[in-house]
Amino acid sequence: MGTAAGRHLHVDPSCVSEPHQVTTIDLAQSSLRDLNQMLHLARHGSFRVLNPRGAHAVACGIDAEVSVEIHGSVGYYCAGMHQKGSVYIDGNASTGLAENIMSGTVHITGSATMSAGATGHGGLVVIEGNAGARCGISMKGVDIVVGGNVGHMSAFMAQAGNLVVLGDAGADLGDSIYEANLYVRGEVASLGADAIHKDMRPEHVQTLAGLLRRAGMEADPDDFRRYGSARNLYNFHIDDVDAEVAGRDV
Amino acid sequence: MSRPGDNWHLRESYTFDRHVIAEIHRAANTGVYRIRGWGAKRRLPTLDDLVFLGASMSRYPLEGYRESCGTDLVIGEERAARPLKIDIPITIAGMSFGSLSSQAKEALGRGASAMGTSTTSGDGGMLPEEREHSSKLVYQYLPSRYGQNPDDLRRGDAIEVVVGQGAKPGGGGMLLGQKVSERVAGMRTLPAGIDQRSACRHPDWTGPDDLQIKIHELREIVDWEVPIFVKIGAARPFYDTALAVKAGADAVVVDGMQGGTAATQDVFIEHAGIPTIAAIPEATRALQDLDVHRKSVKLIASGGMRSGADVAKALALGADAVSIGTAALIALGDNDPAYDEEYRELGSAAGFWDDFQDGTDPAGISTQDPRLTSRLDPVIGGRRLANYLQVLTLETQTLARACGKSHVVNLEPEDLAALTVEAAAMAQVPVAGTDWIPGDRRKR
Repeated sequence: MGTAAGRHLHVDPSCVSEPHQVTTIDLAQSSLRDLNQMLHLARHGSFRVLNPRGAHAVACGIDAEVSVEIHGSVGYYCAGMHQKGSVYIDGNASTGLAENIMSGTVHITGSATMSAGATGHGGLVVIEGNAGARCGISMKGVDIVVGGNVGHMSAFMAQAGNLVVLGDAGADLGDSIYEANLYVRGEVASLGADAIHKDMRPEHVQTLAGLLRRAGMEADPDDFRRYGSARNLYNFHIDDVDAEVAGRDV
Repeated sequence: MSRPGDNWHLRESYTFDRHVIAEIHRAANTGVYRIRGWGAKRRLPTLDDLVFLGASMSRYPLEGYRESCGTDLVIGEERAARPLKIDIPITIAGMSFGSLSSQAKEALGRGASAMGTSTTSGDGGMLPEEREHSSKLVYQYLPSRYGQNPDDLRRGDAIEVVVGQGAKPGGGGMLLGQKVSERVAGMRTLPAGIDQRSACRHPDWTGPDDLQIKIHELREIVDWEVPIFVKIGAARPFYDTALAVKAGADAVVVDGMQGGTAATQDVFIEHAGIPTIAAIPEATRALQDLDVHRKSVKLIASGGMRSGADVAKALALGADAVSIGTAALIALGDNDPAYDEEYRELGSAAGFWDDFQDGTDPAGISTQDPRLTSRLDPVIGGRRLANYLQVLTLETQTLARACGKSHVVNLEPEDLAALTVEAAAMAQVPVAGTDWIPGDRRKR
């Protein structure tokens, strides 16, 4: 990392997957650069990645209707800035899984550490296990469904989208939240600044049911509580003493 | 003998002068800290405290009108398939659409492109007008990730990971609701009219080791096509520069405390960070220690650059290029005396106005009000900026030639002397007329 590794590498277009053909890339044999460049050149097709061995930036920057299955655990920023395609990880992921995802889906069978789905603008992130701290931080439209628990400061400054947690949420959930919706089935250790409990209206139940269905999670929407913004931090509040004095009958 | 109107018997407190008294009154009235634009306004050690020695018997000058003096720079040639090549050592700093009008962003692009240099996006994403009119556009990667997307990442000619800025090292950003139009809000995925906060830390990395992995990810996403900058606010530039290099930066942007802002707490602007004159030598020392100075990693200095003299002095202290923000806005027409009456209606005056956060800019630059933005013609603004950049370049070359340099980056500390002890200590050049460098690091 940090060198010109693979700067001039060019993947032979003939090796890029055709529709209905599964291309296997073994990271014990091929470089990460080869893998990512192949995925960037592909416009369609299916790929199977073996032996990721915790590598960082695996399958980041996908921008096509490709399907990628990763067998094993990955490091930081797997499927970062993902668009259009689908990435399925049979393993665990480190920091920044699907960070800044724009569209498409990223699904992991295990757990993800910090900042999963951070700043995502769209698409769906499914984490069957737990997610660590700051899950969905600054999320901007992404939908995230977590089968287990989420860590502290999840959905910090969350702007838009939905975070669904089937387990518990750590401390300061939704701190400084904007317009995102948070659905938690279990316990919430504490809510962050400006985050409040909100009513589940029919449209929220419908949204939640749809997300659970898309994520393949078995759960009853009625078991969840919704949290969102009190909107008290949206503007500075100024005590204009002079204006008050000027307007007062003396 | 006193005359009517004389007030010589009045003595203003140095500690509680009129500015201090006015601020205490304002704070007592509102209960909120003062937010403003611009950069540090108090007197600081500056590049003005340095002078060029010029050629003499022991140095051979170049003829100003006949002998060439190069100004071009290539950034990222070691790692990027498509390095950034600029014709002059002056770039336009990152300023957001939102803080600036679309007309201003377009004008910056036009002016920079006319001179073969780069402009930079800003918080809030890449504006289409900006991309269209910028032949070389650096795409900023900021903690808020407002408007951040892989398409624009790939459209950039370089990527600048922003860790901090000189006006507020350690602080996040804000865009007050009065400037958050529907278009600005749409690009940031937030409701219009609310105060938009930008986080002070990145959401998915927390230190230099993480940054190394982040930079690697960005390179992978863009297939190692373009160079990657790291921008830091000048606080501990020696260590921060070294860590940025370790993380894999192709260029380090060091922004001194005179660097501008669109909206920041006054206490932050005036009391955090170190002056540009102190930051450049420290960053240079880090690059020299790592044997990358003037080689694989370039240093871009910013914060209060105004003239070709500033540019030349920054280069002599070790920068490869400079970046301008406030000066570029002034070139577009900010604080134009023609609008003095309107500035006064806003409680300020031409030459003093710094309320960029208010969205009431009479010059149409730091506002989203269509009535005001229509006053700024991007074509004329672009020409004004190009002219200004041309002057900066000619002035820089003038001084470089006088020091016998065939390229502006050949300027060196030996070409400088300091007029004050403070400047000598910060810049690590001798006090004029002596060989004394206070705290001379070469002797350690």
